Amino acid sequence: MEIADRIRRKLTETFAPQQLVIVDASHRHAGHVGAAAAGETHFEVTIISDVFDGRTRVDRQRLVYAALAQELAERVHALALTTLTVDEAIKRGNSD
Amino acid sequence: MDNTVFDRIRSDISGNDVILYMKGTPVFPQCGFSAALVQVLSHLGVQFKGVDVLSDPGLRDGLKQFSNWPTFPQLYVKGELVGGCDIVREMYQSGELAGLLDEKGIAYTKAA
Repeated sequence: MEIADRIRRKLTETFAPQQLVIVDASHRHAGHVGAAAAGETHFEVTIISDVFDGRTRVDRQRLVYAALAQELAERVHALALTTLTVDEAIKRGNSD
Repeated sequence: MDNTVFDRIRSDISGNDVILYMKGTPVFPQCGFSAALVQVLSHLGVQFKGVDVLSDPGLRDGLKQFSNWPTFPQLYVKGELVGGCDIVREMYQSGELAGLLDEKGIAYTKAA
């Protein structure tokens, strides 16, 4: 859980998210190029934060990539991202 | 970064209305995320150029810097980065991708 914990800590610091879901999907990519034997290479992350308000999708993801630059360089091979503002999440019925 | 790589990227993205930087080729994608975007573009019936970054490590590193985007695939439309797998898939599902192609005057065959 070491990488997942680091991801959670950094995203919490950067985005003060209303909701943050981190799923380690590495097992679904076992054996692929970039999949380490120890796992923690493929993550699916949903962030609901008003930091995204007024930003394009590309800008939002760049912010996430910047926050996790170290993890991406060291270990993480793939990040599937969903980045929503609180309003967008409510419209989708995604918020809890 | 070597300027020649950036020059090549600039010339590629200005010379091709729709260009997908991907792992593998459109016929033989080497990554599920790249395959998903090939599928989206094929469903829409839009003509695109696929460029395999795995066969060119210099291009692969250059693109990460040029785009300020650390992962692949990367889809460019009319010289602008639209996004990677999550963004493009979401835009396809919501109809925004077709809207973007309309706006940019790019032909695709799928009826709206």
